[in-house]
Amino acid sequence: MGKVIQMGEYFRRGFLEPSGKQPALFDWIFSTDHKRIGLLYLYSICTFFAVGATIGLLIRLELIAPGRTIVGPQIYNALFTLHGVIMIFLFIIPGVPAAFGNFLLPLQIGARDVAFPRLNLLSWWLYIFGAIMALSALFGGGGAPDTGWTFYLPFAGETTTNVSLAVFGVFVLGFSSILTGLNFITTIHRMRAPGMTWSRLPLFIWSLYATAWVQVLATPILAITLVLILSERVLGLGLFDAARGGDPLMYQHLFWIYSHPAVYIMVLPPMGVVSEIIPVFARRPIFGYWFVAASSIAIAAAGSLVWGHHMFVSGMSDTAVLVFSLLTFIVAIPSAVKVFNWVATLYGGSIRLDAPMLFALTFVLLFSIGGLTGLILGSAATNVHVHDTHFVVGHFHYTMFGGGGFAFFAALHYWFPKFFGRMYNNRRATWAWGTMVIGFNLLYFSMMVVGMHGMPRRYYDYLPQFTHLNQIATIGSWILALGMALMAVNLLIALRRGQHVGANPWEAATLEWTVASPPPPENFEELPQVSHGPYDLKRAGEA
Amino acid sequence: MHNHSQHCGAMRQLIVIWGLLLVLTGVTVGISRLDLGALNIWAALGIATGKASLVILFFMHLKEEGRAIGISLLVALATLATFIGLTFFDVLYR
Repeated sequence: MGKVIQMGEYFRRGFLEPSGKQPALFDWIFSTDHKRIGLLYLYSICTFFAVGATIGLLIRLELIAPGRTIVGPQIYNALFTLHGVIMIFLFIIPGVPAAFGNFLLPLQIGARDVAFPRLNLLSWWLYIFGAIMALSALFGGGGAPDTGWTFYLPFAGETTTNVSLAVFGVFVLGFSSILTGLNFITTIHRMRAPGMTWSRLPLFIWSLYATAWVQVLATPILAITLVLILSERVLGLGLFDAARGGDPLMYQHLFWIYSHPAVYIMVLPPMGVVSEIIPVFARRPIFGYWFVAASSIAIAAAGSLVWGHHMFVSGMSDTAVLVFSLLTFIVAIPSAVKVFNWVATLYGGSIRLDAPMLFALTFVLLFSIGGLTGLILGSAATNVHVHDTHFVVGHFHYTMFGGGGFAFFAALHYWFPKFFGRMYNNRRATWAWGTMVIGFNLLYFSMMVVGMHGMPRRYYDYLPQFTHLNQIATIGSWILALGMALMAVNLLIALRRGQHVGANPWEAATLEWTVASPPPPENFEELPQVSHGPYDLKRAGEA
Repeated sequence: MHNHSQHCGAMRQLIVIWGLLLVLTGVTVGISRLDLGALNIWAALGIATGKASLVILFFMHLKEEGRAIGISLLVALATLATFIGLTFFDVLYR
């Protein structure tokens, strides 16, 4: 006997309604609906984020005092390696594009799905298999990998820990990323609704488009690099061994040729999220649409040419240091274009400080701090002073977590009512946000200061004069965790008991807000005829 | 009859390309024995690119595809060339 469904209930649950033809779990894990795949990614990514954050808390707890506190050096090395691998490959790279991109891309361009729905499901499965492989490296023979997420050779070729399995897991994860990128490029080119011209494309889609090209062009280089690590470990080729005619620096080149552009895979979609939220909550069209759109492409292009700034003290040639330093400074230009345009959008607006806007504005602040400290690292002379210190750790957490992470939370609060048809408690969300901002800055600003004083990264022990700042950072990590727990509880409560909302609670003008919340299975009964731009707020709710 | 002659033409073309690839392989080996300094690597890369282009255009039928596929491939190749080129700011001046 099938469940009797009231019509009202059916429409309210939209694509979340079980098919009734197979077990509910199969409805999800074999679904080719981009919205379900987006949510599969969202749930998996949030789970891995919780694991990565717990490991991060353990790392901070170890550093609360000099000497051994809770773990010894070997486990400490494993902890920071896993924290890096999980946060980079399982959380921040797929975070916004795979979860929010999958859900929103077809909705925002007026399509019924992505171009290759089955490939889309395959990419989620690859993500899960890759994740299982990378994480099972923890428990296999030889012990957890201890190389850092960068797997630098020659050490990664020699260590007896379980590096091979972790590397193969990351290799598989890379394919998931490439397939998502290919799918997005094709979908954006081929499946836009009538009237959805390039100049009417939401800026989130522009950022996904730029990111997809980086995913397709740069990720294969990571794949090759990982294969070379495996060949070194299994066959002992000596490609990177100077004594046998190899070049140890070539590994660093190959690794960073992917891994620096990967930074932009991590941060471009978050920038797209912020470009969506600010106009809606300032009630003003985005300032300089084409500048913001083109700056996404410019960041993707220029950002792919700056990898050498990770290698200033590696013994690379001075000419290369000069060239890469110059190129690094060039990336700051399109990044600044975005920040200035966001601020200009706010100017004279009727600003509403709901949770999504608070998170988005925090992104602008924290990303600016992260970006400006990046220039300290991009400049060769100052780089030498702070290279491989906690300053670098603080800097990239400002860009990746303060930028990518906070935009992920902004997206979660902005599109939550669209995904689930329910609204969370805004007051609790604001408290969570405030707690997180305080905890975040205590944690990572202290790291930058202690790094300036000379504390190296990746050491489980430190000199007594660094104790005070490390204690502040660890206390900050507890406050940050408290804020994140409050945010998670608030959203989980809303999932079950939140107030039902209509199609367009924020009065936004992009296409996803013209369909019911949650959207029906195939998004649009009839494909929309788009007649206005994405930030024409006077025509919010119309196609 | 028409199909047969078309087939023969295509076959002939493939054999010519195969011959060209063999010649270029010989040139690669020959050039590696001359000492041209930094030019050695450019010659090797240039010939390899030429050979890859022949394979992609004829054996993989890029010649018969639309413009979008060709442009996508060129973007990928240009990216790869840029990555290799920038790496040479290190390798050549070390």
